[in-house]
Amino acid sequence: MHTLSTKATEAQEAARDTIRRHINARHAHEVIFTSGTTASINLAANSLGQLLLKNGDEVLISGMEHHANIVPWQMVCERYGAKLKVIPVTDEGELEPRRRDDATEYFTERTKVFAITHVSNTLGTINPIKELIAQARKQGIITVVDGAQAIAHLNVDVQDLGCDLYAFSGHKAYGPTGTGVLYGREELLERMPPWQGGGEMIDVVTFEKTTYAKLPFKFEAGTPHIAGIIGLGEAIRWMEDYDKAAMAAHEHKLLEHATKELLTIDGLRIIGTAKEKVGVIGFVIGGVHHYDLGTLLDQQGIAVRTGHHCTQPLMERFGVSGTTRASFACFNTVAEVDALVAGVKKGVKMLR
Amino acid sequence: MTITQAQQEVVDEFALFSDWQDRYEHLIELGKDLPLIAPEHKTDDNLVRGCQSRVWLHADVSTPLDVTDQKVIHFTADSDAMITKGIVALLVRVFNDRTPQEILGASTEFIDKIGLRAHLSPNRANGLSAMVDQMKRYALAFSSNSTKHGSWSPAFLLNSCQVRGPGLWSLAMRTVRCGQRPWAP
Repeated sequence: MHTLSTKATEAQEAARDTIRRHINARHAHEVIFTSGTTASINLAANSLGQLLLKNGDEVLISGMEHHANIVPWQMVCERYGAKLKVIPVTDEGELEPRRRDDATEYFTERTKVFAITHVSNTLGTINPIKELIAQARKQGIITVVDGAQAIAHLNVDVQDLGCDLYAFSGHKAYGPTGTGVLYGREELLERMPPWQGGGEMIDVVTFEKTTYAKLPFKFEAGTPHIAGIIGLGEAIRWMEDYDKAAMAAHEHKLLEHATKELLTIDGLRIIGTAKEKVGVIGFVIGGVHHYDLGTLLDQQGIAVRTGHHCTQPLMERFGVSGTTRASFACFNTVAEVDALVAGVKKGVKMLR
Repeated sequence: MTITQAQQEVVDEFALFSDWQDRYEHLIELGKDLPLIAPEHKTDDNLVRGCQSRVWLHADVSTPLDVTDQKVIHFTADSDAMITKGIVALLVRVFNDRTPQEILGASTEFIDKIGLRAHLSPNRANGLSAMVDQMKRYALAFSSNSTKHGSWSPAFLLNSCQVRGPGLWSLAMRTVRCGQRPWAP
């Protein structure tokens, strides 16, 4: 107990409240700090697994999940004898259900958890998660949303979405790396057992038994990334200075421009042509390896990501070994998109 | 020509290019001269796994006609990415038909000097860093087992170290397995 530590704690808790307000959670203690989306989903999977999963139960995910929303579920399914089921993806990169916003055909009476990405990092697809969550909840299925790619681009209102858990990373929201959030509905978080044990998460420890701290500390074992969390709070406040709808409209304009211009390149195929997309455009070009193209774009000062984007099952679905992916943020410009297109053309010319 | 001289030759060659575009175009051209791995050796066992671009590497040991008491290693390779293939071609050009001792003693600093260092960084998502390790591993295997002839795959090298008894070979391979590099200074 000293002045500096009190100030640090106050600043951290102020960040928690900023995030609560930003995602419209009811309580600040529904915001749990983690090291990122991956840690958030691992927490969710391990704790929910212990709470819910029995032999023969099912966890439902989609075919467009990031490895971070596949592997933790695979691990707990194996532990409890549960099955991992997958909603397939269409050629456009949307969820396969006959009506794209109806997943009920994939729910069974053994489905305990439905974990779905809000926005696909590889395809850019925005999933109709509000409708999907409502259907799952009607059947008593716990819903977990991977919001890593949504938090900086869409208005995320967890009460309106109705999800049980919502995970995102600080560095996808213009904040520092090594920070992340797991939002959880209070009633569920109270029932969920802690995942990691250690300091800060306890109430009373004896060698016979330990009782756990209240929310959110029950899930925050160890010294938190205090400086990072304060930075994340500031990044969220910075985002709130701007109108998210205007940001999204700007990013959409960049996406449309890039799509139109890139498609003029001979042999270029866009992977992910859903009706509703964020500003992400992944593509392959016949006869051009994404690693080569990424290297040549890098030489021109253009930062793209190449490879499987931590979505290997999705690469297999589309029959490609990897893609080149450009993604647009609110600060990008039309001129930068033009530079990208010119850069790709130059790269292709060198490689063919 | 020693390995060091061969590397210097590459550095001098690349010094002729003043901008990145010429440098990479040259690299892509060099890739086309790579001694290609025979189809029967382009197998998963010979695949040096990287995250994004793949490299196949095969090694044969032979005795040059003019020097009967020395064995040299001959590499053939391929990659699915052109820039990777170009760098593979550079490495093969420098390391090819050298004795295991020469290969083990060599550095790959010349890659830094021609501005391609990023491609060899262990964090980089390609098979190049692993490929250099693999070339050294071949050299180590051939050098510590002078009675052996023929060609070995990476899988064989990794598997064989599990079953062999103690000795120089086994110790050396154990070091490789632990991620250390016995050839590092």
